Amino acid sequence: MWDAIKLTTLGLCAFLAFILSDWGHDFAFRFHAFLCMVALVAVFIAQLRRVGDEPVPAGQSGYSGYMDDVVRAGVIATAFWGVVGFLAGVFIAFQLAFPALNFDWGQPYTNFGRLRPLHTSAVIFAFGGNALIMSSFYIVQRTCGARLWGGNLAWFVFWGYNFFIVLAATGYLLGATQSKEYAEPEWYADLWLTIVWVAFLLVFLGTIIKRKERHIYVANWFLLAFILTVALLHIVNNISIPVSFMGSKSVQVFAGVQDAMVQWWYGHNAVGFFLTAGFLGMMYYFVPKQANRPVYSYKLSIIHFWALIFLYIWAGPHHLHYTALPDWASTLGMVFSIILWMPSWGGMINGLMTLQGAWDKLRTDPIIRMMVISLAFYGMSTFEGPMMSIRAVNSLSHYTDWTIGHVHSGALGWNGMITFAALYFLTPRLWGRKKMHSMAAINWHFWLATIGIVLYAASMWVTGIMEGLMWREVDGQGFLVNSFADTVAAKFPMYVVRGLGGVMYLAGALIMAWNMWMTIRGGARIHAAVPARV
Amino acid sequence: METYTFLREFADSWVLLALILFYIGTIAWAFRPGARATHEEISRIPLRDDGFPEDGPCQSENTDTRR
Repeated sequence: MWDAIKLTTLGLCAFLAFILSDWGHDFAFRFHAFLCMVALVAVFIAQLRRVGDEPVPAGQSGYSGYMDDVVRAGVIATAFWGVVGFLAGVFIAFQLAFPALNFDWGQPYTNFGRLRPLHTSAVIFAFGGNALIMSSFYIVQRTCGARLWGGNLAWFVFWGYNFFIVLAATGYLLGATQSKEYAEPEWYADLWLTIVWVAFLLVFLGTIIKRKERHIYVANWFLLAFILTVALLHIVNNISIPVSFMGSKSVQVFAGVQDAMVQWWYGHNAVGFFLTAGFLGMMYYFVPKQANRPVYSYKLSIIHFWALIFLYIWAGPHHLHYTALPDWASTLGMVFSIILWMPSWGGMINGLMTLQGAWDKLRTDPIIRMMVISLAFYGMSTFEGPMMSIRAVNSLSHYTDWTIGHVHSGALGWNGMITFAALYFLTPRLWGRKKMHSMAAINWHFWLATIGIVLYAASMWVTGIMEGLMWREVDGQGFLVNSFADTVAAKFPMYVVRGLGGVMYLAGALIMAWNMWMTIRGGARIHAAVPARV
Repeated sequence: METYTFLREFADSWVLLALILFYIGTIAWAFRPGARATHEEISRIPLRDDGFPEDGPCQSENTDTRR
């Protein structure tokens, strides 16, 4: 009976999606309705094949132990979206250097303006998001001694989240965007993400509630803060009214400076809670695990947690210096950004000092090396950020490529490197291999990625400060010396260097994908002892 | 008094005070006497065996640290 209801509902929903794919007012909406139909039919078939199977009672075989198959899927999705996102980034970097790459024949789909949100969402939400979901599923089970709560709900989170990514990415190409940075997806994708995110919260919280450990380990605090705050940010920033229920266009409820403030309250806390708190949760588990030592100071980790979440939420207004935003609000944002430097460095020191007494591992263990460089970049970008939030510095840096460089030293250095380390940690464990297929390849990945980031950040510092100085240069009569096109021409060499840095970073990720593939397929390479020549 | 002014004044006074007290409270709580042993114990959670605990709680002896 239950099967019949489920199948009927799925069938009706698929039919409704089919109708909407014809009745929709714009192509993006019709295409997304079609994607929904395909997904629903796939779920329908999967359910149909399961009809008549004896349900396995809880506690028996197949239902005991940790739920790792969804983590395995997450590991593969993370690596896949990483390569896709880095490739998109490299391509749009070269579009800026060589505008012909926008391709006249591909307009408007191959335009920089449409590919840029595709890149940012692919790396932040697809690569970073899948990394966060799969590692929170892994960490919460290990540190609670409990299987994921909710059974197949975890699978719903995985597939639902990745379906959201596909909706978002195809929407950008087809022009469905609400033009809010890092929150571009239109209303129906936002609603879908809300449902998926609540399911994620339920799985995580349910597992914590049924834990067998007495205490909640600090990584889970960070991960829970990440899930809760992102839910709050997502809902408030995406309050909009659709023009029609059969079209992709919607209108924001907030307007003017209020809308700008809500957007950057969201935008900066997406950095603070998605890219910082969530990844700190990963750091507090994987670094002690890989170093095989407890975290340097658990007290410091508690202070780090409370200080970070109390301060970050106020820092958003520093994105709106010298705008219609009142001065007191932008000063507030600036002051909190500067105070934030301290807990950030507390966290960095806590992570680095976990290696106290085990520094020799830096020489022998390339995974530890990745964690250390990731923490170093965390420290660097959390110093650079507060500095750039100061109004006087911001008047030079804002709207220049310095900002882009800052974001990338954080994203490529901190988020990227800690995720790679987590993938190298998890892959052998999840597939029952002794270690990664090739340690030399991890070394190659490490150096390619590190040199790539250095090229990227350095070229963006040079070009950003240069263009900031060119914009404000005035002659004796007070006229501006340079036109905008002059700065564009002057930036060309640095754009090429940035693109090359991106190529190196992408090459490292491709080596990682190959290494993971070989590990999953067949275990570690055997190093036979070569007899010395006599 | 209009709603905005009321909420604004409430946020600027009592809510601000409550947030600061809560924040100081969390930090003070981390430094409470006897916290060191508890923290030591929690920080070892990830280093325990990765295997699934088939029966009973993970820690074998004296899990109650409240005392």
